[in-house]
Amino acid sequence: MSTLRQRMSALLAVLNAEADRLDRPVNLMEVCGTHTVAACRSGIHALMPNNVRLLSGPGCPVCVTAQRYIDALVRLGARADVTLATYGDMVRVAGEGGSLELARSNGADVRVVTSTIEAVDIAQREPQRQVVFAAVGFETTAPASAACVLEAQRRGLTNFAILPCHKLVIPAMRTLLDDPQTRIDGFLCPGHVSVVIGSAVYDEIVARYNRPCVVGGFEALQMMESVLALVRQLVAMQGGARARNENLYPQVVRAQGNPHARALIDRVFAPGDSAWRALGVMEDSGLDLREEFADFDAFRRFGIVLGDDREPPGCRCGEVITGRCEPNDCKLFGTVCTPIYPVGPCMVSSEGACQAWFKYRRARMKISAPRREEVTA
Amino acid sequence: MCLAIPARVERVEDTAAWVRLGDAQVRVQLDMTPQAGVGDWVLVHAGFAIQQLDEDDVRAIWESLGELDAARLNEGATP
Amino acid sequence: MSTVAARIHAHKRQIVLAHGGGGQMTDELVRDLMLPRLTNDALARLGDAAVLDVGGVQLAFTTDSSVVHPLEFPGGDIGRLAISGAVNDLAVCGAEARWISLGLILEEGLSTEVLRRVVDSIAATAAEAGVEVATGDTKVVARGQADGLYVNTSGIGVVRPGLRLGFEFVQPGDVVLLSGTIADHGMAVMLQREDQSALRSQLESDVAPINRLIRLLIEAAPDVRFMRDPTRGGLAGVLADLAERTGFRVEVDEELIPMRKATLYACEMLGIDPLDVANEGKVLAVVPPEQAEAAVEAMRSHERGREAAAIGRIGEERDGVCVLTTDVGGQRVIQKPYGEQLPRIC
Repeated sequence: MSTLRQRMSALLAVLNAEADRLDRPVNLMEVCGTHTVAACRSGIHALMPNNVRLLSGPGCPVCVTAQRYIDALVRLGARADVTLATYGDMVRVAGEGGSLELARSNGADVRVVTSTIEAVDIAQREPQRQVVFAAVGFETTAPASAACVLEAQRRGLTNFAILPCHKLVIPAMRTLLDDPQTRIDGFLCPGHVSVVIGSAVYDEIVARYNRPCVVGGFEALQMMESVLALVRQLVAMQGGARARNENLYPQVVRAQGNPHARALIDRVFAPGDSAWRALGVMEDSGLDLREEFADFDAFRRFGIVLGDDREPPGCRCGEVITGRCEPNDCKLFGTVCTPIYPVGPCMVSSEGACQAWFKYRRARMKISAPRREEVTA
Repeated sequence: MCLAIPARVERVEDTAAWVRLGDAQVRVQLDMTPQAGVGDWVLVHAGFAIQQLDEDDVRAIWESLGELDAARLNEGATP
Repeated sequence: MSTVAARIHAHKRQIVLAHGGGGQMTDELVRDLMLPRLTNDALARLGDAAVLDVGGVQLAFTTDSSVVHPLEFPGGDIGRLAISGAVNDLAVCGAEARWISLGLILEEGLSTEVLRRVVDSIAATAAEAGVEVATGDTKVVARGQADGLYVNTSGIGVVRPGLRLGFEFVQPGDVVLLSGTIADHGMAVMLQREDQSALRSQLESDVAPINRLIRLLIEAAPDVRFMRDPTRGGLAGVLADLAERTGFRVEVDEELIPMRKATLYACEMLGIDPLDVANEGKVLAVVPPEQAEAAVEAMRSHERGREAAAIGRIGEERDGVCVLTTDVGGQRVIQKPYGEQLPRIC
């Protein structure tokens, strides 16, 4: 057996013993799409103790981006002078007017970038094009969006703008916990978001709602260590202890985060109300461009007014990302709604809870241990 | 993509740098880690260095990642 | 029409890039649009090549179009890709490739120097594979109507007598073999694209004719049940097909799948699953357990099979899914990719 498997099974032995001490089944939520994908990719759901459930929260930027925003992007893409630059994640997500994938097939100029600066480079290379970057994501990608606005300003580009749709993690966690129907016993907090915002921000959640928060890394072992830390806290809480805010990723996540990254966000953006898919409009849960950078705001440059969202009938993505139901509780899941023709946003994104379920967990996983001696014949 | 592996800065060009990740070289922006210079370790996400790390951090990360052939990574990361 | 149905309809109305990705979208296009209009016994099997009986001789017949960008990449070029594609499709059907046709669609303005290099590469690859380009055709389209150069190849080969290849011969207990590392071709090409200039790596495509390697494999494992080259759609596509079409569970171990570190890093950086990425010089084979060891040895004796390995087995359960045991011992289902590889960031 490999070191990794040995380490995981040693960890699981401890986790299982600890979970046996829980007096009820518990629900833990990962608030980060990357955790969702890592969990599904490494198949750790199959390793969880029976009384510990790992729910996928609203951490996937695609999943929480309102349809009206997608529709605005698709409409922008229909303009002959506009080039849309986007992270690959957004290409397939559909609003009411289709997706960027379809828009591209209809002639829109859609470029997939892996860094915001690539979008600025396109604007510089092609001065006759109006380049609009779809600025989505949580606090990890927000500083990168801020940096690209500053870079475009520095280069004196007048044909570059962003369509800002950033989201903030803490307001989402608050909304989840304020909902009396939500059953979340603890949070596995996002690693890279926490790199930026710091681990201290979860103090408020822990104090106000008495729910344990653990910041952890992305590798399967690191995630399982976070699960163990959460279960230990929950066991201690049965004896009257208060929830704590733990940071298991201190090499990377500091208490106050990355001050340069936070300064970048503050320089360019100000908190504003934002519409979340399935969660509705939340106060100060997004980031608007500051007045000073209005020239880089695609909403203003192209006079875009966001409409309303009409969620597809039957779609339960809202309940999925708030942990009120699991993907396979939805009637559309796997029947009408599949990764190839996604209905809801959680099926679109590879980080979406539904696609992750569909892709990695569809089968009832009661699998015998692989017969390695035969396999390695 | 979020990547948990530390990368080492090899060359700085204005606000950007080339960092080494295993056998690959990646161009990243240093806006969030303005103090990072050649030889420093950073964590990379979506074309940006999002955190600067010291040697102890790097060692601790490799330890926690366990499997990831640290020796080989180290070799690849040292010019 | 309901909103949901309307959305799905919108997606079916026109071709998107993913229809050409060799994944679920390609399958759907073939199943819904092609087969109902073109069906016959030879086509209905949907093999890599059609197997045809001509006066008692079994011929395999295949066709393949290459549309790679850029035309030249580390480890190969569009010409090598086109010849290897046809030769390998014939080889995995148990046939020795003999004759290849060459259809070229050139874009006005293409440099004749590039064309000369590509044709030289075609000649060299054909010689390497022991096939002849027996017929050809050239067309030119106006500038902007193609991306430099497209190549179509068709191939004819003679099927080795005595082989019984197909999903229907696969049995529980059989061993799943792979001839070498995955994802090298797809990642090498992707990193050459202009929009990936922020990532430099020494990756090389694995593109090669592997008919000789496959011949060694067949000689060592004469009862080989199934072979396929995991091109577009990657290893995941072939494994998912194998499970679905045989109806058995396919059990694969992530630790046993050969992979280069550099390729893995490139995949990690771009948020792409290496199982979904194309290979152009590999074969996946299912063989009876008693012939597995000899088959692996035979492949390893060939320079393109040095890292050949047994990666899994056919399970007893009849649920038609492929289950991967991951590096930490977790488990997940392998699915055929959707069709377009999109770097994932957030």
